[in-house]
Amino acid sequence: MKRLSKLVLLSALGALTLIGCNPAGKKSDKGGALSSSAAEKVYVAPGEHDEFYAFVSGGFSGQLAVYGLPSGRLFKVIPVFSQDAEKAWGYNEETKPMLNTSYGFVPWDDSHHPDISQTAGELDGRYVFINANNTPRIAKIDLTTFETTEIIEVPNSAGNHSSSFVTENTEYVVAGTRFSVPVPQRDMPISEYKGNFKGALSFISVNPEDGGMDVKFQLLMPGFNYDLSHPGRGKSHGWFFFTTYNTEEASTLLEVNASQNDKDFIAAVNWKKIEEYVNNGGGKMMPANYAHNVYDEHTHTATSTMKKEVLVVDPSEVPGAVYLLPTPKSPHGCDVDPSGEYIVGNGKLSANLTVHSFTKMLDAIENKKFDGDAYGIPILNFDSVLAGTVEQPGLGPLHTEFDGKGNAYTTFFISSEVVKWKLGTWDVVDRKSTYYSVGHLMIPGGNSQKPFGKYVLAMNKITKDRYLPTGPEVTQSAQLYDITGEKMELLLDFPTVGEPHYAAGIPADIIKPNSKKIFKLEENKHKYAALSEADTKVVRNGKEVHVYMTMIRSHFSPDNIEGIKVGDKVYFHITNLEQDYDVPHGVSMIGANTSELLIMPGQTESFVWEPKQPGVWPFYCTDFCSALHQEMQGYVRVSPANSNIELSWSLGE
Amino acid sequence: MLFVFSLVACGGGEKKEKESFAIKKAKTETTKVEKKENSSVPASKKVDLESKGVGPITSITLNAKIDKAMAAKGEETFKKMCTACHRIGKKFIGPAPDGIMERRTPEWVMNMILNPTEMVQKDALAKELLMEFNGSPMSNQNLSEEEARAVVEYFRTL
Repeated sequence: MKRLSKLVLLSALGALTLIGCNPAGKKSDKGGALSSSAAEKVYVAPGEHDEFYAFVSGGFSGQLAVYGLPSGRLFKVIPVFSQDAEKAWGYNEETKPMLNTSYGFVPWDDSHHPDISQTAGELDGRYVFINANNTPRIAKIDLTTFETTEIIEVPNSAGNHSSSFVTENTEYVVAGTRFSVPVPQRDMPISEYKGNFKGALSFISVNPEDGGMDVKFQLLMPGFNYDLSHPGRGKSHGWFFFTTYNTEEASTLLEVNASQNDKDFIAAVNWKKIEEYVNNGGGKMMPANYAHNVYDEHTHTATSTMKKEVLVVDPSEVPGAVYLLPTPKSPHGCDVDPSGEYIVGNGKLSANLTVHSFTKMLDAIENKKFDGDAYGIPILNFDSVLAGTVEQPGLGPLHTEFDGKGNAYTTFFISSEVVKWKLGTWDVVDRKSTYYSVGHLMIPGGNSQKPFGKYVLAMNKITKDRYLPTGPEVTQSAQLYDITGEKMELLLDFPTVGEPHYAAGIPADIIKPNSKKIFKLEENKHKYAALSEADTKVVRNGKEVHVYMTMIRSHFSPDNIEGIKVGDKVYFHITNLEQDYDVPHGVSMIGANTSELLIMPGQTESFVWEPKQPGVWPFYCTDFCSALHQEMQGYVRVSPANSNIELSWSLGE
Repeated sequence: MLFVFSLVACGGGEKKEKESFAIKKAKTETTKVEKKENSSVPASKKVDLESKGVGPITSITLNAKIDKAMAAKGEETFKKMCTACHRIGKKFIGPAPDGIMERRTPEWVMNMILNPTEMVQKDALAKELLMEFNGSPMSNQNLSEEEARAVVEYFRTL
């Protein structure tokens, strides 16, 4: 105790000295008091846990990575629209169907916007949703297992960019098309785009019980580019807002031709009204072809079903459901503040930020303050819906998030900075540089009624000289700022896997207690599971051989197999019999052409092996599981195709 | 002469391999014997009807009569969760469970099932067993106390 108080005294003295050294309180980026306090703020001691989870999309890696904040430590890379040799995801027989699409097997994509499920406008930590841009898909990641458990393809869509954002009670996860296309797809001249192409905004319902996704309806909008979107919340719950660009409907040289109009639009969609319309039989069922892939936690197996129709809605047939809010210069981000009153349109070619008022929008609708229409959709008068303008805050505004204390934070791509400004007064409060060319930013819960305004994470597009160089391709990076004070403070740079396109953050305490430790053997319903030693066997069916194998520290059962022949297709189905936390086993087979497996306790996974020459071929555990890990191995004898060797298997004989 | 020589050489080669293997084996056995002399009885043969081990189970009363229904349940659990490493009447990855109830208290057995990680760290007998069985750890198969109790009942029938 005495010692402790001495320490306290000493550090107090130390602090005094430091303050003494820096009397003007001048903040320097290098050395001194500030950097030591920045280090303390991001330091999470060995064995301690971070305060927040950050789910950071991998952009063109098609993945979603899980980091801790404030430390920036990487915990897991979740394969979503990608194959992952580490976990065999997309390689093993169980998960291959997850990557099925109407175009066949597409094991890569461009994953952009993760969003965490909400209940009553607050993060509930059940799921993360994320979009695939290229082959339009929406995936759901279950936050008890941190695995992708459902992927639904989005028909009539192309460049699935204004996705995947959830409504206040996760009634819907919404997916909007960036590219308008012919609907249905058909052979036609590109030059006839204008007036003929459509932009589909898809409302995918999420079953409140099991999270199951289904395309409830698609709104077929005019042929603009639908760039980003966000739900209304609180008072504006029931509405959804989408930024548009290329309202010129150009099909070529968009960098010039889509920048002609002084204003594009934010489309405001009253989805409750459309939901009511379709629930009463409205809309038209049209033929379609899209994959719905579901991973079952109990069979440990995914199935892919092709769906053959989709309900489409023509907005002109639901009067009062859709309005267009003029917004200057190709708005990109479309962000709604925690109260649901302000809709921020970040006109990426505009010098100013435009903020619309939901209250004024309702008033303008009621009093028909229209400035014409686009394909029958009323265009509201700009001045009648405008709440305010943030004057010249920076160059190239992209995205805005909120701290729940009346402040908004907007990224500026061209001027590489985050700018903090006040809702209502529209005054700029602070600005901090990013390194470099920031895209999205994220405040945990920053897209909900209840943000946790402690940190903002800026995700950069360029890192150049910030890290040790690694050839022409350098690391991607995110930066963490403390936003608890009046001024923001840069705390940390950390490298990310793939482009950190966007992220969703949540207090760890919401998720941590629900994280599964093992899969229960008694709940394992895998078709080929061997749930105990007694179930192990090898079954031949023509040239197809199924091995029902188990693994436990530190052996496989069976570990000697004979009677396999060249030309056989051998399916290894391996069940990890462990029922203890963090005892996965791996398996790899010499000459197997896909990948190794990494199998969690209680789980069954399968790989295929097609032996090409006679011999005795070893397999072994690839995950260091115990002191006897190096002993965890086995042999398969492969005989010539015409051999009479009987199928046999054993362990310890 | 040459021919004979080469034959002998070939045969000798094969024989040598076998021999060297046999020698190695013999060596291991010798050390084992020596150890035995030093440390008397292996842990799997030791009898300790006092120690309750380390874990959640502090006191179990066994009825004089075996509860057959419970033993049947225990057998089912044993077959599902334990046979990967334990076989009746045979030393396998771990020791055979036959006669365990004559060597250990029911509390010790249940704690070994329910709390193996701590047992091999803190319980002297469990530590010795881990060494005797080549460092192969007893897996925690997450049985409930009720299931572990039933397994004990089943062990009483062996």
